[in-house]
Amino acid sequence: MRLIKKVGEWVDRRLQLATTLRETMQHPVPRQTASWAYVFGSAALTVFMLQLVTGILLALVYVPSAAEAWSSLQTLNHHVALGWFIRALHGWGSNFMVAIVLIHMVQVFLFGAYKFPRELTWMVGILLLLLTLGMAFTGQVLRFDQDAYWGLGIGASISSRIPILGPWIVNLMLGGPIIAGPTLSRFFALHVFVIPGSLIAFVGLHLLLVLKLGINDWPMPGRIVRRATYSREYHDLTRKDGVPFVPGAVAKDLFFSGFILLCIAACAVYFGPFGPSGQPDPTIIQTAPRPDYFFLWLYAVLSLLPPSMETPALLIGPVIALAVLLALPFFAGEGEKSWKRRPIAVLTILLVAVALGTFTHLAGYAPWSPVMDAWSGEPIPARYLKGCTALARQGALVFQAKQCHNCHALGGVGGQRGPQLDRVAVELTEDQLIRQVIQGGGNMPAYGKNLSPFETTALVAFLETLHPTGQAPARDASRTVESPSRP
Amino acid sequence: MTESDGLSRRRMLMKAGLLFNAAIGAILAVPIVRYILSPVTRERKPGYESWLSLGPLTQFPQGQTRLATYRNPVVNPADGETANIPCWVRNVDGEKFQVFAINCAHLGCPVRWFPQSSLFMCPCHGGVYYADGSRASGPPERGLFQYRFRLEKGNLLIDAGKMPTTGSPTASLTNITLGRRPCA
Repeated sequence: MRLIKKVGEWVDRRLQLATTLRETMQHPVPRQTASWAYVFGSAALTVFMLQLVTGILLALVYVPSAAEAWSSLQTLNHHVALGWFIRALHGWGSNFMVAIVLIHMVQVFLFGAYKFPRELTWMVGILLLLLTLGMAFTGQVLRFDQDAYWGLGIGASISSRIPILGPWIVNLMLGGPIIAGPTLSRFFALHVFVIPGSLIAFVGLHLLLVLKLGINDWPMPGRIVRRATYSREYHDLTRKDGVPFVPGAVAKDLFFSGFILLCIAACAVYFGPFGPSGQPDPTIIQTAPRPDYFFLWLYAVLSLLPPSMETPALLIGPVIALAVLLALPFFAGEGEKSWKRRPIAVLTILLVAVALGTFTHLAGYAPWSPVMDAWSGEPIPARYLKGCTALARQGALVFQAKQCHNCHALGGVGGQRGPQLDRVAVELTEDQLIRQVIQGGGNMPAYGKNLSPFETTALVAFLETLHPTGQAPARDASRTVESPSRP
Repeated sequence: MTESDGLSRRRMLMKAGLLFNAAIGAILAVPIVRYILSPVTRERKPGYESWLSLGPLTQFPQGQTRLATYRNPVVNPADGETANIPCWVRNVDGEKFQVFAINCAHLGCPVRWFPQSSLFMCPCHGGVYYADGSRASGPPERGLFQYRFRLEKGNLLIDAGKMPTTGSPTASLTNITLGRRPCA
């Protein structure tokens, strides 16, 4: 012990940081901020450090070459002792990091921490969120599999829609005319040098700002932030009702960070690493690319927006969102901090959370995508064919063979792109069915050229059998009206 | 010489030093920017897009649509399999062909051909195209991208080398041209 103390003193005589460090650690913070609500920022920092360590460990084996990245991931998963575990830690760490950064942001927003004088802290925080999402996307690319390959294609397609500069940006992003070697190399450079370097710098700035301005006081309804008086009020609060940061406030941070690390490790052990899925060979087209979970909502939005809205929404939406977030502390820099007196803030959070949650949930089963192998892999349940005429059975064959099942579900199996057809005979008359099949419409292709008259007749005969028992199929009333000329 | 004179001289020297560094920085910036922009500037050179053979015509029976692959003309040693690019070849009547890019005109996912229903379907966001590449349904705003092609000594050649995207100039070049040979 005495030796350690001596070495410490020797170092500090030269470094002269001990006093500053001690003062920083023991600076008083408002007593109420020693709360479980204030643990997310430090947890994000802890997970970031885990990502740095596991990232470096992965870089020991990973080969950032389009030709070899995928097999080096296989090596990590199967041939390097515990390589799978480090990959799983890094993958789950990234999921947790995105989640914790978002929770931290919500907490800070609801507690009014972006108000005077912490505007810059908030703005740096927005930048940190963007950098974190940048890490998530580039990281998904480094897991160089089919999803990464086609995900890059989607990224390029979106970038190409930027007016005038689009094609240039695509070339810069891909490092060439196609997704290939240079693409992975530049995403590697972004993921391991550019973005983490910026993250370290801006996390440092973020922390420095927290230290300089003091941790946000617990919002009290009625305690109004005013530029003229806030700093004095905060100073009084920490003097009268403050605790030293260490050990007063840091204990809960430590426990929560440890708990999060434990959760990441547990997920890593239980669920294992993410992928890689199939090898990044573009000639293997039997694939249905899906983004990682933090971009699933975007996948849903891109599927559900009307086509004409898509490009404006993609290009203008993020700019507006970013501008609003950055401008927030300037148009709401003073006033009430407590969420109990800020109903619009709470409603905004709820709205955004419900929207993101719904889109993510929808993207989990992607009802807008055709089920590409339903026609060959998911037969029509036998009960739909019992007692059918030969013609209707022939129609059922047409239904399978012509890939109708890829978009239309029967008995809960098949695609959900189009409506489920279990009661279609009740909803459409025979004529309407024929018209719909031949001409399409309402987001259905026209099958007129692809079906012979016999196939159409058979298919419609089968569709006519699809009605609940005891409920007659829809009939065109005009067919049964008696001709007025008859007496 | 007064003290303030000396100070102003030092300040002058410092400013000159800053200016010197700024000038060197500007000179260095030229090659750096040139290096960063190389994926863009390389495009102007010949050989970037070139005529590639998809193989003998016998591989593409009349009235059918078949998958073909080619090796991208600009290749790096590290490309591996990623430089093998697939495309769909439709032999309309033995003379007229259509060569479609694999990438959906919506966001670039790989479209799949279903000969039974004569449709291309995209697994991502549900874009569907007819046999001639025109849009049938779903989010795409246009038909499939097409490569220019020509027939030479019994081989099918296409003009390729760049991933087609909605905003790229090649996209407008290769717009759906029905009933007209895209390349004369």
